Amino acid sequence: MDLFAIEDVTKRFADFTALDRLTLKLPARRLTAIIGPNGAGKTTLINVATGALFADAGEVHFKGEAITRVPVHDRVRRGLSRSFQIMNVFARLSVLENILVPVLARQGRSSGAFHPVAREAEAAQEARAILQEIGLIEQQDTPAGVLSHGDQRLLELGIAVAPRPELCFLDEPSSGLTSVERAAVLALIRKLSAEQRTTFVIVEHDMDAVFALADWIVVLNRGQLLAEGTPAEIRENRDVREIYLGEEALP
Amino acid sequence: MTTPRASAATVIALVAIVAALFVLPWIAGRYPIYLVMHILILAVFSLGFNLLFGYTGLLSFGQAGFFAVGAYGCAKILLVVPNLVLGIAGGVALAGIAALLLGALSVRHTRIYFSMLTLAFGMVIYSIAWKWRDFTGGDDGLVGIPRAALEIPGLLSISVSAIERYYYVVVVIALVAIFVMHRLVHSPLGLALQAIRDSETRAAFAGLAVRKYRLVAFTIAGVYAGLAGALLPPLENTVTPPIAHWTTSAEPVLATLLGGIHSFAGPIVGSVLFFVIKDVIVRFTEYWLIWFGVIVVALVMGFPEGVMSVFTRRRRSARRQPAGTASQST
Repeated sequence: MDLFAIEDVTKRFADFTALDRLTLKLPARRLTAIIGPNGAGKTTLINVATGALFADAGEVHFKGEAITRVPVHDRVRRGLSRSFQIMNVFARLSVLENILVPVLARQGRSSGAFHPVAREAEAAQEARAILQEIGLIEQQDTPAGVLSHGDQRLLELGIAVAPRPELCFLDEPSSGLTSVERAAVLALIRKLSAEQRTTFVIVEHDMDAVFALADWIVVLNRGQLLAEGTPAEIRENRDVREIYLGEEALP
Repeated sequence: MTTPRASAATVIALVAIVAALFVLPWIAGRYPIYLVMHILILAVFSLGFNLLFGYTGLLSFGQAGFFAVGAYGCAKILLVVPNLVLGIAGGVALAGIAALLLGALSVRHTRIYFSMLTLAFGMVIYSIAWKWRDFTGGDDGLVGIPRAALEIPGLLSISVSAIERYYYVVVVIALVAIFVMHRLVHSPLGLALQAIRDSETRAAFAGLAVRKYRLVAFTIAGVYAGLAGALLPPLENTVTPPIAHWTTSAEPVLATLLGGIHSFAGPIVGSVLFFVIKDVIVRFTEYWLIWFGVIVVALVMGFPEGVMSVFTRRRRSARRQPAGTASQST
């Protein structure tokens, strides 16, 4: 059984068709990269998959259950998560609190109204372990809004994995980073992918990163599936070379 | 973490303020007592408002509606059953129910749409207070509301008809309300609300049912507005429609902006400033509103994050020791 599947999904914005009867299946434990030119439907695919947008037609399945109209927070509880292309952290909260929010939500302890957050020792321990993993433990008390761009990207990743998702979509996780920061983020994704039970799906423009990182590559064009396969297969795919990447663009 | 460690100076200051509140009737006349009661009522009103605004990111212009529901509810009960416990509890319960119902519709929206919706709902309540003469007394309002005894049948019965005695009722209720709100904003629920304030999209993807949490905040804010409103009729012995007007909704907005939206004590300090400034100005001019406006504008421009930002900034820089950095003051 596939971990995740979208079947015949269409999503339109006025006259523009972002996803055009797209069908895609993602098995567990395979690091998949989604690539395609601007407007190919990559971010729309993530939005429809994670519930930020509902499909106009078609079905979305996760672990064998239809989740087409399931709201975002419920999908997160079922094991779906994501990061954002545009930085989206809790700016006024500390780095530790940024991780505590999803950890407490997963533990079903976010509604506690009469005891201090400081008493949530188990959640704090788990949050600190995540910060250790992503390398931000030293900045745990810093307001997230004053972190560097690179550190905010790492925090994004930390918030995305804190719900312990089975499937996590990462939307351009290395966007806007220096080459050193990019290498660190991509190494972290590889490490998390290997260590955790999370299956990652990344949307990325950096082709070097995609071909180095992904086990499987999905190529979208104009909301449709152009090709999918291993990095080697995609590199040799004539349609991808001619229509999307261009001969020089392939690493 | 969100729980601040109170410094010794803060604890001493708090104990001194509470002690001063309790000894005030012994050393001051009736007017200061009356003024402090109004400050405390506005402080409770503003704390509820700021749970919604400063902690959840929703600017409501309709809180006067719930203030009025609390006030009219308490007044009507006291006119029928002269029991202060019943009057205040009834007013609060009615305001909470109204907030829950109107909140369910309002929290579907955010930003200016939410603000306009709450303004509209507030003005609907104002219209009801104005037009439903048989129930609310219309523009005459409700008069002759007794400062009834604090009574729990078979347990206690304390007369609070003297203003000095009623003062203690207001002080105790306000202190309990402040304590409860402090616990709440530093709890996991408070953290969830702040996360929603910072990014509702990210909060949803952290697993929070954003609308549900907003409704909880809206209802609690309504309960606080209702509590503040319910404390008013026994004090003034009358309730009139202007308490439901949007200009009453502006009072907690102003008090909170004056004190600071990102400090727990901001709305309380702002309430003190609000009444002190007003009280000083009216002694010199009948055009107090103009001068009040000028001073508020000057304060807001001088302290964009409220006067409490001076203290929170100082505390933050004090905490910024070589080994670490500051944690957010909430």
